[in-house]
Amino acid sequence: MATVQYISPGGEVAGELPLTTEELVRGYRAAARARFFDERAVTLQRQGRLGVYPPFRGQEAAQVGAALALTERDWLVPSYRETAAALTHGLPLSQVILYWRSHPAGWRFPEGLRLLPFYVPIATQLPHAVGLALAGRYQAEEPWVVLAFIGDGGTSEGDFHEALNFAAVYKAPVVFVVQNNGWAISTPTERQMGNVRIKDRALGYGMAGVRVDGNDLAATWLTAREAVARARAGEGPTLIEALTYRIAPHTTSDDPGRYRDEAEARRHAAEEPLARLRRVLGARGAWDEAREAELERELEAELQAALAEADAAPDAAPAEIVEHVYAELGPDQRRAWEALGGR
Amino acid sequence: MAAEARAPVADARQGMTMVQAVNDALAVALGRDDRVLVFGQDVGVMGGVFRATDGLQARFGEGRVFDTPLAEAGIVGLGIGLALGGMRPVAEVQFAGFLYPALDQVLSHLGRYRHRTRGRFSLPMVVRAPYGGGVHTPEQHADSPEGILAQAPGVKVVVPSSPERAKGLLLAAIDDPDPVFFLEAIKLYRSERQAVPEGHFAFELGRARIVRPGDAVSLFCYGGMVEVCLKAAEVAAREGVELEVVDLETLAPLDEATVLDSVKRTGRAVIVYEAPRSGGFGAEVAARIAEEAIYHLEAPVVRVAGWDAPYPPFTSVEHHYRPDARRVLAAVREVLE
Repeated sequence: MATVQYISPGGEVAGELPLTTEELVRGYRAAARARFFDERAVTLQRQGRLGVYPPFRGQEAAQVGAALALTERDWLVPSYRETAAALTHGLPLSQVILYWRSHPAGWRFPEGLRLLPFYVPIATQLPHAVGLALAGRYQAEEPWVVLAFIGDGGTSEGDFHEALNFAAVYKAPVVFVVQNNGWAISTPTERQMGNVRIKDRALGYGMAGVRVDGNDLAATWLTAREAVARARAGEGPTLIEALTYRIAPHTTSDDPGRYRDEAEARRHAAEEPLARLRRVLGARGAWDEAREAELERELEAELQAALAEADAAPDAAPAEIVEHVYAELGPDQRRAWEALGGR
Repeated sequence: MAAEARAPVADARQGMTMVQAVNDALAVALGRDDRVLVFGQDVGVMGGVFRATDGLQARFGEGRVFDTPLAEAGIVGLGIGLALGGMRPVAEVQFAGFLYPALDQVLSHLGRYRHRTRGRFSLPMVVRAPYGGGVHTPEQHADSPEGILAQAPGVKVVVPSSPERAKGLLLAAIDDPDPVFFLEAIKLYRSERQAVPEGHFAFELGRARIVRPGDAVSLFCYGGMVEVCLKAAEVAAREGVELEVVDLETLAPLDEATVLDSVKRTGRAVIVYEAPRSGGFGAEVAARIAEEAIYHLEAPVVRVAGWDAPYPPFTSVEHHYRPDARRVLAAVREVLE
């Protein structure tokens, strides 16, 4: 099957687009909000107001579209680059800032928000996503669906294989979204795997597999929505490969000039997801420069409020290092806690 | 690979073997809490290679007791996800020596999740694994990785030494809010029978036990080494030397107070474990004695452990690897000289 695409890079809609204008505006606003924060995050990092940060520029549609397919009852399982998805699923912006400041107050996500923490060890979150999906079956309510992210590099890990195999064996209500952004730090996809069509692997596991234009928010949203519906109906897991491109460096510490031609990154930047959405909305009379300027003012105000809230967080106390190792301080943690000035 | 495959014989008059006590504990836990799930390789229809889960699937259904694909990282990772979703997972890793593919899940997540989410998520999960040598298992079926696990912050490590202790400690582990590794000595699975109380009871985790009081030397041990140390103590008693046998039982968090109290009374310490000697858990016990009780010592601390080599798959010499009463008594003589 061909790559799913509803909106071309130039903003042309091929055939029927099964999303209302209101839905498209909602999707655009969520993606633009993510983009706004991502750009400012890089600046904040340069100013020393944020720690090492992994930008997601160009991947807004892949993340936001998938996250929009979930309800509040569903769980989202990120890797470390899914700030856009986390924001869309409800993580407060001040929390995101504190997290990327490595402040402990940023690491406890709000109660009730069905979002697992950001994961650093690659692909290790995927077996958790499967277990979490199965846990929903034992609850009295209708089972929740779990949507888990991974990158192209992460598909090389053993945990990717084990998780997809477990999910297929148990027909778990889980959706795996691989953001194939072309790079695992400096390693291009063709040096990561023998068959660069990641969605082909779904066949081997015995689950549905779909390849979508990951820069087309309509394609990612609608495809994820179908996969979530299948999972909810008990029809098992889906592997979605979202083709996108890591326009930005791996992290703010990375220098992609050492391993890739940045002209190529600029070519891919022309296919980024927001411009094409603006064209579609503009053609429907649902977006214009005035509304764009108004949105930017809103986002600036939100960011300033979130920064103020983050800045007001009390400094971390050294004794926090040994808190939460166990439910209660063990004898060794208690001794360390006292040595660290805990009272 | 199954080293033994006999169905447990439950006979109240003769008591229970340790593997029956584990089975009984799992049945009690499954019966009293719907959130408890038991899973692992071959634990369902077959009842586990040692029959620790025998009959549980028939009794509680395939939803509560189920088989997994052959993938240790997947098993531990699945359990973490189940715990995140509000369940009480009890996973079986078929042999502790097969745990290594899951160490990423253990070290990166199992012991770290509560800490990195600042208490938002806890992982009330138990991972059971048969460990240790002494029964001529095939290669790599006899490892003792407790030291690796005990070094992972946030993970509790419990090693029972008898049927009754196994049941009460396993039930405590399942009730515990933190992840617990529960290592069951293969050698003890069917070596003794003991009267085990019916129904639910739980022993406190994090407590060492003096299983035989004495005044000459403190023997620190756990799991399969407890019976070895008790045998050594019996022999020594015939010569009028009373050895104190301390069953550490929970290695993490360690009950340091009981260890120090014992060594301060006897002035002599021998630490017995079957993992390789260097960097093993006995080194931690020795270090704590050195830090906190060195001026009470009448002799250097001695470790009796597996030799610094992989557990040998060579049947005719295997018994030279695992500490026995003879080697423990040689160490006792050394510290009494």
